[in-house]
Amino acid sequence: MGAGHAHKLFRHGHSPVHDLPPHCKLAAVFCFVVVVVSTPREAMWAFGLYALLIAGAAALARVPAGFLLKRLLIEVPFVAFALLMPFVVPGEQTHVLGLSVSVPGLWGAWNVLAKGTLGVAASVLLASTTELRSLLLGLQRLKLPPLLVQIASFMIRYGDVITDEMRRMSIARRSRGFEARGVRQWGVLAKSAGALFIRSYERGERVHLAMVSRGYTGTMPVIDEVTASRTQWAYASSLPLLALAVCLLGWTA
Amino acid sequence: MHVPDGFINAPVSAVAGVVAAGAVAVSLKGARRELDEKTAPLAGLVAAFIFAVQMLNFPVAAGTSGHLLGGALAAILVGPYTGILCVSVVLLMQGILFADGGLTALGVNILDMGIVTTVVAYALFRGLVGLLPGTRRSMTAAAFVAALVSVPAAACAFTLMYWIGGTTDIPIGKVFTAMVGVHVLIGIGEAVITALTVGAVIAVRPDLVHGARGLTAPLKLRIDGELVDAPAREPVAPAPAPAARSNRGLWATGLITALVLAGFVSFYASANPDGLEKVATDQGIDKKAEEHAAKDSPLADYGVKDISDARISGGLAGVIGVGATLVVGSGAFYVVTRRRRAKDEPAGGGARTGEKV
Repeated sequence: MGAGHAHKLFRHGHSPVHDLPPHCKLAAVFCFVVVVVSTPREAMWAFGLYALLIAGAAALARVPAGFLLKRLLIEVPFVAFALLMPFVVPGEQTHVLGLSVSVPGLWGAWNVLAKGTLGVAASVLLASTTELRSLLLGLQRLKLPPLLVQIASFMIRYGDVITDEMRRMSIARRSRGFEARGVRQWGVLAKSAGALFIRSYERGERVHLAMVSRGYTGTMPVIDEVTASRTQWAYASSLPLLALAVCLLGWTA
Repeated sequence: MHVPDGFINAPVSAVAGVVAAGAVAVSLKGARRELDEKTAPLAGLVAAFIFAVQMLNFPVAAGTSGHLLGGALAAILVGPYTGILCVSVVLLMQGILFADGGLTALGVNILDMGIVTTVVAYALFRGLVGLLPGTRRSMTAAAFVAALVSVPAAACAFTLMYWIGGTTDIPIGKVFTAMVGVHVLIGIGEAVITALTVGAVIAVRPDLVHGARGLTAPLKLRIDGELVDAPAREPVAPAPAPAARSNRGLWATGLITALVLAGFVSFYASANPDGLEKVATDQGIDKKAEEHAAKDSPLADYGVKDISDARISGGLAGVIGVGATLVVGSGAFYVVTRRRRAKDEPAGGGARTGEKV
């Protein structure tokens, strides 16, 4: 699970990547991931080139490598799954470091690891160079239904409020001598979750009333319309286009 | 259980994306009917709640702990439409912001964890609540069963998608036993916590539990020296209306889900010979590879061949099948909503003026 400190994901900066309009970046990252996923897994060098492309974009955005690598840790559960693959997939066997593993399994593990890691790296780069609010504006610009964007923005805005409320409840529990040790304490924790739900729901009703009293009719006014010039689009599309070239080479080679 | 990029192949991911988008569109309509203009703030706050509650750790034994997935809880507390919306938004934000789950696998993730969990849990909960007596304990029990089944159901859905479009040929039996086995265990924890949470909410604000709407209304009593039935004509009258509405909404969802599932199964049946063929060629190539003392080239061969026949044809069949299903499904949905709109027009107007006052 990602932790709830949403704004810590964003690295403030003024690089060419930061300055791109959000919807260009979203489209570029999505196309890049699609290209990566559709590359044949046998073209190992292609994945190396993709990693270089991502590293180049990160350098352009002045995102330090350590920051990027630390955020890649979210992938760990699936790495464990991928490491199991060579042992459970049937097929031709080979010997690596004295262990008998299957060749299709090794290919499968490589496939998931390479594509998954590149996908995560691309998303991390996007999230660390784009502010939350402009990401949502970008999604709206990319024709995500406005209601969905509104729900997402309410979730982002109140995520920290609700998380803080949960933390305060936890402090209240602990200051009364509560310690969660095992299954027996689930009742108390579940009651907290129930209370949290009621508080969130009632807060939602209050937020709605406050909005209605300020003239809300079901749609949000868009004040800052984001636009992208042709050069910005061209600039953003260089990443997926380069990746596409690599992918086509991978198919023909 | 967030699926990363490259785990499920491109055609199946695309089909899952289309199905998920359709389901989200249907639930957007449904949620707007349930909550009206309150949809955005309420669904947003509930999504924030689910996001927060996924971080609430429940200790299992020394050192290990689990957390709630929240699909069943959302479905029972706020209804299937809003539940699907909330879980989908949480998954979308997790994918984009936290890189938790791949961008191309977003459809797979939403279909799996958002839609299957929510729909299964809500259908089971409503069914059980209808059968059992309307007490708090039976509702807790129904929540328990609904959450218990919903998690392995999601695992089954994942296995199904993996069977159609997995990028690695792990024998499907192994995947199934591993996934369902692990998720039955997770499901037990989820069920206990969901049931306790629903019980806690029912104890304080029974009116907030969407799945139990209409059942709490007849219990209303007032103490005037003695126990008397409350003359609650006004509060009771609107209560059955949303219940009937949500019931019909449930039928519509069930119908569409059935159609979508049918599309999937037929896609499956048509793709299955392909899958068999694939295994056959696979093993043939394996044999050849052994004869040739395992060179690198046959593997490359196998990759191209594989994609040129089995996957693309399977994917096309899937897209066409699901497209046809969507046309039929949305047609049915349109008829249902139109009839309802015609019927509800006067009632809706009255309710709105009432709200303004």
